[in-house]
Amino acid sequence: MNAVDFRNKDEMRDLYRELILDHARNPRHFGRLDDATHTAEGINPLCGDKLHLYVRLDAAGRIDAVSFEGSGCAISVASASLMTDAITGLSLQQALDCFATVTERLRNPDASQERDIGVNLDKIKALDGVRDYPSRVKCATLAWHALNSAMQGNSTPVSTEK
Amino acid sequence: MTNAQEQAAVSVADSRADFPALQQAVNSHPLVYLDSAASAQQPTSVIDAVAEYQRHDHANVHRGVHTLSHRATDAYEGARDRIQAFINASSRTEIVLTSGTTESINLVAQSFCRPRLAAGDKVLITHLEHHSNIVPWQIVCEQTGAELVVAPINQSGELDMAGFEAVLTKDVRMLAIAHVSNALGTVNPVKDIIAKASALNIPVLVDGAQGVPHMQIDVQDLDCDFYAFSGHKMFGPTGTGVLYGKEALLDAMPPYQGGGDMILEVSFAGTTYNELPYKFEAGTPNISGVIGLGAAIDYLQSIGMPEIARHEQQLLAYMGEKLAAIDGIRLIGTAANKASVQSFLVDDIHPHDLGTILDHQGVAIRTGHHCAMPVMDFFAVAGTARASLALYNNCDDIDKLAAGIEKAQEIFA
Repeated sequence: MNAVDFRNKDEMRDLYRELILDHARNPRHFGRLDDATHTAEGINPLCGDKLHLYVRLDAAGRIDAVSFEGSGCAISVASASLMTDAITGLSLQQALDCFATVTERLRNPDASQERDIGVNLDKIKALDGVRDYPSRVKCATLAWHALNSAMQGNSTPVSTEK
Repeated sequence: MTNAQEQAAVSVADSRADFPALQQAVNSHPLVYLDSAASAQQPTSVIDAVAEYQRHDHANVHRGVHTLSHRATDAYEGARDRIQAFINASSRTEIVLTSGTTESINLVAQSFCRPRLAAGDKVLITHLEHHSNIVPWQIVCEQTGAELVVAPINQSGELDMAGFEAVLTKDVRMLAIAHVSNALGTVNPVKDIIAKASALNIPVLVDGAQGVPHMQIDVQDLDCDFYAFSGHKMFGPTGTGVLYGKEALLDAMPPYQGGGDMILEVSFAGTTYNELPYKFEAGTPNISGVIGLGAAIDYLQSIGMPEIARHEQQLLAYMGEKLAAIDGIRLIGTAANKASVQSFLVDDIHPHDLGTILDHQGVAIRTGHHCAMPVMDFFAVAGTARASLALYNNCDDIDKLAAGIEKAQEIFA
């Protein structure tokens, strides 16, 4: 038996932490942003989940508004909600750094040294529980891939399968 | 009850012991496998048949004069005979071995339909179909200018018969329909439908992927022109499938793929194709898989399809009642005539979250769109949770499913 077989009830709570459930039930910055400067669509073709991300940069190049729409599981909605909280006020480059840091953290549990990008991503650690659930990592990274796509100015929908 | 029936009644109840995969713990719980509509587990007899072949008898088929090639050919062709008997085809030449239902349908779309279709013609499917009974027809329509027409369903997930008859018109050149809906479990009245289509000389392909594991199939009684199914949904290996086709139709069709085994004579001036069914079996086939499929048929027949159907119908009714009794559950697919499958949604819990929490308790279900996105669109949902039954399931499995759903509700409360 491998380690996965010894999961106990607490580990389910480790995935569905209160912060995750809270953001899933009451997603922050949910809705459309009509004057967005950057937008992207994220699709998880395996489950049919879709997410549309809206970002508005101010004249100084900082994210002064961000929102998202769509449907998804608790993990993907909570991740999107936590992300919108975390990136408000950041520069475009900082947002790209956040994408790189978070996706690496979720995909690679052994990542020992995280580069200091000068952004507090502590709350995002609530998503760390997905690392034990390979099929759910894509749910957690969907919004972040959409962010990367929006910031890079890509117009085609970003898919978790590419 | 005869002795044979009594024996059968015992063996379906005890069949679980024949499946090694079902004897394990998953996440510290005994595995409850409710995803057989995606892929069924294999009994020891199938696993052993494949292993024995690999260990002692492996060689290429239809080619060698040596002993192993004879053994491999006999075992492979023996499986074809079993398939013929299992679905009551009139001749073994009507059994084309493929990689699965998907290839079987693509073969018919390209080899049978493509040369016969032109702009103004129609191909008719239903709103219930799996993507593999949609996309091959979209492709051939694109190639020929024919139009793809979709027969409607109702809120129970049943084919709307009046709506169906309205689109079953003389300009339809092909009707392709699921025997059993993979997403909803609806059993279509295919025999009546085939009779209606035949009256208008419309050929019919039945996608039997979800039908064959659950009920006795008699292709002569159905009088379908083509019947497609997969080995891995009927307790056989993946990468195996069958296309049944009426001999006269298969005979008139050009080959689907060119290669070895499908020829009688090849020269650069031209090639004479092999006789049926080999004309459609280019290249070295999935020999071990087909032998495993033959063993799966032996296994099913040792229990008896009527007995399996009776057992599963009781379980399906029990599952419907048990799920309906849970607060906040919505059953998707409530047709009067169903097999194996129940799709559902639980209020405020996304199917993926439910699937993860159930898996944590050892309960395996499918979540998502089930390769039937138009069905999901019809019910205005992104996906569902789906529990599907096979002969090895029992009431205890369903009780654990229900308990698992209630646990998920506690976590999300």
